[in-house]
Amino acid sequence: MRSGALRLGAFAVPAGFLLLFFAYPVLTLIATAFAGEGSLGQAWSALGTGRVAGVIGFTLWQALLSTLLTVLVALPGAWVLGRFRFRGRALIEALSVVAFVMPTVVVATAIGATLADDGPLAWLLPAGSDRGLGAILAAHVYFNLAVVLRMVGSYWSQLDRQVEDAAAVLGASPGRTFWTVTLPRLRPAILAAGSIVFLFTFTSFGVVLLLAGPGQATMEVEIQRQALFLFNVPAAAALSVLQIIAVVAILVAQTGLSRRIAAGGGSVASRRRPASRGEGVAVTVFVVAAFAVFAGPPVMVGVRALATADGWGWGNFTALAATDSTTVLSIAPAEAVGNSLLYAVLAALIAVFVGGLMSLALARRGTSVWEGVWLLPLGVSAVTLGLGILLAFDSPPLDWRGSLFMVPVAQALVAIPFVVRALVPALRAISPQILEAAALLGASPRQVLRHVELPLVGRAGLVALGFSLAVSLGEFGATVFVARGDRPTVPVAIYRLLGTPGSSNQGQAMALAAVLIVLTAAVVLATDRWRLPGERHV
Amino acid sequence: MSASMYSVRLVLAAAAAVSAVVLSSCSQQQPDGSAAEQTSDASNTGSVTLVTYDSYQISDQTLAEFTAETGVEVELIRSGDGAQVVNRAILTKDAPEGDVLFGVDNNLLSRAITNGLFEPYEPDAIDSIPEELTDGTEGAVTPIDTGDVCINFDKAGLRQRGLAPPESLDDLADPRYRGLLVVENPATSTPGLAFLLATVARYSPDGFGDYWQRLVANDVLVENSWDNAYYRRFSGGSGEGKRPLVVSYATSPAAEVVFADKPPKAAPTGVMLESCFRQVEYAGVLANADNPAGARQLVDFMIGRTYQDDLPLNNFVYPALPDAELPAEFRDHAPVPADPLSLPPEQVDANRDDWVQQWTDVVQP
Repeated sequence: MRSGALRLGAFAVPAGFLLLFFAYPVLTLIATAFAGEGSLGQAWSALGTGRVAGVIGFTLWQALLSTLLTVLVALPGAWVLGRFRFRGRALIEALSVVAFVMPTVVVATAIGATLADDGPLAWLLPAGSDRGLGAILAAHVYFNLAVVLRMVGSYWSQLDRQVEDAAAVLGASPGRTFWTVTLPRLRPAILAAGSIVFLFTFTSFGVVLLLAGPGQATMEVEIQRQALFLFNVPAAAALSVLQIIAVVAILVAQTGLSRRIAAGGGSVASRRRPASRGEGVAVTVFVVAAFAVFAGPPVMVGVRALATADGWGWGNFTALAATDSTTVLSIAPAEAVGNSLLYAVLAALIAVFVGGLMSLALARRGTSVWEGVWLLPLGVSAVTLGLGILLAFDSPPLDWRGSLFMVPVAQALVAIPFVVRALVPALRAISPQILEAAALLGASPRQVLRHVELPLVGRAGLVALGFSLAVSLGEFGATVFVARGDRPTVPVAIYRLLGTPGSSNQGQAMALAAVLIVLTAAVVLATDRWRLPGERHV
Repeated sequence: MSASMYSVRLVLAAAAAVSAVVLSSCSQQQPDGSAAEQTSDASNTGSVTLVTYDSYQISDQTLAEFTAETGVEVELIRSGDGAQVVNRAILTKDAPEGDVLFGVDNNLLSRAITNGLFEPYEPDAIDSIPEELTDGTEGAVTPIDTGDVCINFDKAGLRQRGLAPPESLDDLADPRYRGLLVVENPATSTPGLAFLLATVARYSPDGFGDYWQRLVANDVLVENSWDNAYYRRFSGGSGEGKRPLVVSYATSPAAEVVFADKPPKAAPTGVMLESCFRQVEYAGVLANADNPAGARQLVDFMIGRTYQDDLPLNNFVYPALPDAELPAEFRDHAPVPADPLSLPPEQVDANRDDWVQQWTDVVQP
């Protein structure tokens, strides 16, 4: 009986949460897309089909380019991380995770400034090139390097070296060995990591909103534009429905690809110290380059935050505390920090609670079909969620649109996938014999949960909590729809300040961005083990 | 176990979950609702929130005077450019972010009224406002100010290029003026929409698309907000950009004189009067406002002398109240176009969204 109640609870709470805060908004979106003028077809034509085709085309094109570029840039790094022991690896892994959860608004700002006409890396995008696309790709590579570095790197470390050694003995050149032996063996990991990068960049919002050139938009940006600018809500809803279908397809493919690497992989840990001069140089180059890349945008933000009209100083930071009724925010920017912290803590608690129960249900069922069903809602994009919530919770008894708890709920929805990806592998890694032994010794399922399972996944839980906090702190796409004008979060405040002319607004945006970077980095580093959710304990 | 067994269990469990959540949400409703009431009680005695656009300004003394008269404090929420403010307010109209909305203009008014954004209210003093300004308001909103959206030009910038100021909309599409014009996106910005309507009025609903095609061929630049277009892209006056032609207001040259460190004899920018389109801006009490009484007091105050006198130099618009005092800079540097372009409001109502969509298809495909 007790076991049944526990199982039902682990199932019912997340199911109820998702039904109410995910399925209901999504169904409302679908209803909206079909309502109004009468049919989806009409909503579709209201979009202007030429523009829709262009938007879908650009969304796919930039996601594909971003994915290819990320894999290309990360592959040499994955080799170094997978094959060698060296100093500084822990720090680089930590930095890559910090980069992964860095708020999109902050990174887009920094990369935009770096690649602008007068920026230090303007030469990377020569005149006549597509500057908008170039900047978007750079930002996407920055965010997603960690995914490829760590997934491919850890897979690489488990590949038996002897196969490559044998190829070399048989006279194959290093290049030929890589093409014909190593690359095919890495393929599952590259595909799995690539599919995750594709999913993230396909649903990219903040980066594209801030960096895109004229006329360029991903579906996410177009949804927001149709809803808030053109006030064509049926068209926005129709695009959201398309987006959901596309994301579900990508997720199904991605779940399949990820399962393949979980099943494969040898057990021989093959990391060693660099043996030759060439290997030593490669490792050094990687370490230097990784530091430069990961630290680049934060340093750029810091420099611009400290630059004031009267030379270097803390002026932009002290200005954050001042309330100026003439600015776009109408409140002291520092208040946004308080809002963000409050929302993020609530969101992280919700995400870990709901996501934790969901992980228990998933880990115990274990069958792949169910995992797919559970994960489907999780990939839906932030802007779609934000719009859905805005449209769904507008009438009694569910009139919660203006209420303060919708922001943490929206952020929790965005964070839950990370919690699930962190906890499920940890729960699955618990040997069934331990659980059986506990049961044989007379422990109730509740006791097993409390005394065996929870302690064993404690560390993964901490990682999940840190990720939820970091993701919620930086969340922009859903929050920008749901947050009230008088209670902006830090990313929303940064976006508003950036959109307003005047050097003091720009300086304060940079100072806020610097504060957010420090907060995010502190949260991630404080959760001790620097691991992407879903990476296996090796 | 078969898959169908699983799905039966799933449905049952889901149903249980839904009822659990609905029950718990119903029981939560109570404390939630009462908390909301408490805050609205507090705001009844304390404050009224004015939702408006980013570039809105008003002096602290004027707001202080309102508080002195009524005991109610004014809080400001700026939520984007004009059109965004209206759209966002409509999307959140059942739980509005404030009590009064200022900044909806004649070209978007019908969208706001049709969507029930405002609680009907007419101040007692409405008769002091010229009747032509209250046309089409249906008692829902109160006209606060008017302005003319016109092409502004940077006198020095054109002189350097050896160009005379453009004299007609056709000139803007002339290769001589290639790459010189900045406009605002009509989907996001009310001056942008007003200029789009000016082109519809000038070239007819069938011909404006061709005109914009010519502008695109002439390298027109589109910005989403007036602030960005004027301050970042325009080269004249306080603009820091490179282009000498921009969609702005007939009063902008006066603003350049007021804000100059040393007031110049002549404004550094000029207005092309042939391109002007009239904009009327309104304030209204938001439906479902927390503090409707305070909201009505604020709307009353906004068409009173104190507020109307303070408007011109803060927002560079003409006060709706004919008795209000005009600053000298307006008389000298802010010409009122004798015969602005215009469209019948019914035609704007019926076609606005189509025109913006057509514009989007031509300019940002």
